[in-house]
Order: sequence, then structure tokens, then C-alpha cells
Amino acid sequence: MDWLNTIIRTFFDFGAMAEVLPQLLAVGLLNTLIISIAATVLGTVLGMAVAVMGISPSKWLRVPARIYTDLFRGLPAILTILLIGQGFARLSQSVFGPSPYPLGIIALSLIASAYIGEIFRAGILSVDKGQGEACRALGMSYAKSMALVVVPQGVRRVLPALVNQFIAIVKDSSLVYFLGLLVSERELFRVGQDAAVLSGNLSPLVAAGLFYLVITVPLTHLVNHFDNKFRTGRRRAAPPTSGLQEVKELDAASPLTAGSNT
Amino acid sequence: MNTPISTKSTAVQEVPAFHGSSLELRNLTMAYGDIEVLRNVSLTVAPGTTTCIIGPSGSGKSTLLRGINRLHEPKSGDVLLAGDTILGTNPDTLRTRIGMVFQHFNLFPDHTAEENVALALWAVKGMPKAQAMAKARQRLAEVGLAERADHRPRDLSGGQQQRVAIARALAMEPEVMLFDEATSALDPELVKGVLNLMAGLGRRGMTMLVVTHEMGFARKVADQVVFMDEGEVVEAGTPTQLFDNPRSERLQRFLSEVL
Repeated sequence: MDWLNTIIRTFFDFGAMAEVLPQLLAVGLLNTLIISIAATVLGTVLGMAVAVMGISPSKWLRVPARIYTDLFRGLPAILTILLIGQGFARLSQSVFGPSPYPLGIIALSLIASAYIGEIFRAGILSVDKGQGEACRALGMSYAKSMALVVVPQGVRRVLPALVNQFIAIVKDSSLVYFLGLLVSERELFRVGQDAAVLSGNLSPLVAAGLFYLVITVPLTHLVNHFDNKFRTGRRRAAPPTSGLQEVKELDAASPLTAGSNT
Repeated sequence: MNTPISTKSTAVQEVPAFHGSSLELRNLTMAYGDIEVLRNVSLTVAPGTTTCIIGPSGSGKSTLLRGINRLHEPKSGDVLLAGDTILGTNPDTLRTRIGMVFQHFNLFPDHTAEENVALALWAVKGMPKAQAMAKARQRLAEVGLAERADHRPRDLSGGQQQRVAIARALAMEPEVMLFDEATSALDPELVKGVLNLMAGLGRRGMTMLVVTHEMGFARKVADQVVFMDEGEVVEAGTPTQLFDNPRSERLQRFLSEVL
């Protein structure tokens, strides 16, 4: 069983894993979470702006949103990250200091916002036109009817797709290492890779991979949960009723209907 | 115009009367792109009266209603609400004065019945939320839905949903109510209840424009009936004039098919 031993030594060397574990937890996991969460929040906010611009009646908002989306969705993530991370390095230095970390987060957010914008846009467009019309007929402005009625319904419908995008952000956060991070700024992938190079053994990378799964798998199940919940709906279970019940309800109810002449 | 009410007059008096405004259309023309769907429609609706608009599908009835609250902007002509033109005013302000009820209810599915009614009260009129909810429950009680204030639309029957929609429009205290085939999507058994509710509004002084296929309702409740075809008013008058002595061949034909 030589090959089995080789596999275990290469991928599942628990000694090597245990050695890198403190770093993975204290540095890698922490930074991956910081990058992912920051990029998710920024990307969602930007994405909502892009989506609302994209469905605007005004061409001056729609066209820029379209170009933005095509650009950041059409380029490889690694290229965008390098262009932004290195292209704006000097500017970033005067604002954030020498670390490329903030630029990495911004680049990831821009990429994510292009996808999230499209997800939101699809959701908002899927809401029945009558919803907006009902709002407008009640005297609500376009902005209010969007903010209070149409957008919340649209967002709820695309939650599963949105969580998928969050998972993609967690995975893409590993690309930030291309910008050259300080030792304390390394995320899961870089910590695992460094240890793998030092020990000549892939087990630290496998350990890093396990941490990614710890983050992404629960998210995947969250998607399924949402999907089930929204597909089956939340209608209250009720016994079969007679239409007469409602006829009676009306007859008994109101001064408005009293003395009817139909 | 008001039907005398003998037996239940005390109940009716408990509910405050409405103050409907007059409405006048002058040569109203509306178009979708290059296609004119409404041509030179003129119509006068006295305060507190009910006008029923009948006619085949595609004759421009719904478009007419949508021109009055400017959900679709008129191409030419004028609409006067309480004597003043509505064109050139802020459409949002105009729409707080005109209630509209839709064929498919268009209730907000993620809001309960009372939240549906209360939403525009706080979002448009700036009423404190607690007060808006209290007023919403009161309006729902008036349409017989006090028990179901916390139900979402999907837990309500079509008739109940449409009554919530009527309560939602009434809560804004409009001067005119527009009904766009309000009973066309309802169970047959529930149609009468909603029509009775609408008739009650008319008796309490609301100015109403009702697009309907319910000829019985038009005959009994309307002060004025308007028959439309191909984007034009073919004939208008009292229910007796239109239903018993139709002058135009087109209306005679229409009535022979539907009655």
C-alpha cells in the first residue's frame, strides 16, 4: 500500500497541518474573513447602486451602469486586481499607507458589484409592474415606490443567487495575494502556500482548503434554505371554506355595504 | 342621485360622508407611441355621482382611467379635477387626490392587510406610523375585514383582497375613485359583495368612475353610463337611456351580445 502512504504523506500530514494551524486561524482565517466581508458589504452597496441606475428611466444613468457592468464582469478577476492594486498603489499609499490590502478589497468589491448589480436588476425587473403602479397611484414618488415596495420584493427573490455571489467573493479573496501582502496580512491561501513551500508538503494547503469549506459550505446550505422557503411560500394552512362564509362576512360587516341596491 | 335609504339609515349615518369632486374631460386624446388609443373623449362627471364606462376590451376604457391620474400622460386635451386642470401639476400630489382600484388588486404581498393600507399614509402623508396603523384598521373594519387585518394577501380570498385594495385607496381620502374592472378577477360568488361596497361609496357622496362588465351594476348604480368603442365615446347618458333606448347601432349590437 505504498501509494496510499504517499497520498497520506502528501495531503494529510497531520503534523504539518497542526504546525500551520495557529497561523491559519490567527492570520489566514482572520484576513480572509476581513477581505470577504468588506468586499461583500461594499460590493452589495455598489451593486444596488448599479442595479438602480441600470433600470432608471434616464439614459444618462442607464448607459454608464451598462458599461461598468460589462467592464468588470468581462475582465478576468486577476487582471482587474493587478491593474487596480498596482495602478493606484501610489494614490493608495497616501490614503491608506503602504499596504496593498485596501486596494485588493476595493478591486474585489468592484468585480463583485458588477455581478451583484445584475442579480439585483434581474430581481427588481421580475416584480410585477402592478406593484409600482399601485404605489404611484397612491401618490408615492418613483424613488419611494422603489425603496419601500419594489426593491425589497425583488431582493428577496434573488437571495439564493446573491449568496452564491458571496461564496464567489470568499474564494476570490485568495487572489489578493498577487499584490504582495505583509506577513500579518496574508489570507488563508497564502498562509497555506507559504507553509507548503517550507515543508515541501501540500498538507498545509489542504488545511487551508478545509477552512474555505468551513466558510462556504454553510453558505451553500443557507441558499438551499432560502430556496425552499421562498419556493414553497408561506401560505397559512387553512381548512376548506365555503364562499358563503365570506358573503356573510360582508353582509354582517359594514355600514358601507348596508342598504345595497344591487 | 342618492337612493333613499329607509331601513338602515342609522347605520349609514355612522360613517362620515365623502366629499367627491367634479371631474371633466375635454377632448382627451391618449397614445401609446404613434398609436392613438383614445380620441377626443369629452365627459362631465358631477360631484358625488357614479359614472360607469362599458364597452368591449381594447376600447380604451382602462387607458381613459390611467389618463385621469396620469399613470399614462395624455397626448392632448385636458382633464379638470374640481374645476382645475390636472396637467402641469405635480402628478404625485394629483394622485393623492384620486384613488384607484385595479383588476388584479396589486396589493403588496409582503405586507399585511393593515400594512397595505397604512403604507401610503405614513410614506406619502407623513402620518406617524402608529396613527397610520390605527386608521388602517378602522378603514379595514369599514369594508368588513377587521378580523383579517394581520393577514397577508395570499391568505385572503380575491374578494377580501379587493376590499383591502379599496380600503387602501379610501384611506388617502381621495376626491375621486377610479375602478378598473375591479370585479373581473373575482369568484362569481364574491362579485356582489364588492359591488355593494362600491355602491355604498357612491351613496355616501364619492365621485366614481367605474370601468365594468357588470351591466346589472351599471344599470342600478350609475348616474351616467358611457359606452366606448375603438377609443371613442359612442354613446353616453342615463342608464335608462342607454340600456332601454340605445340609439347607436354599435351599442344595440353590444347589448344584444352581453345582456
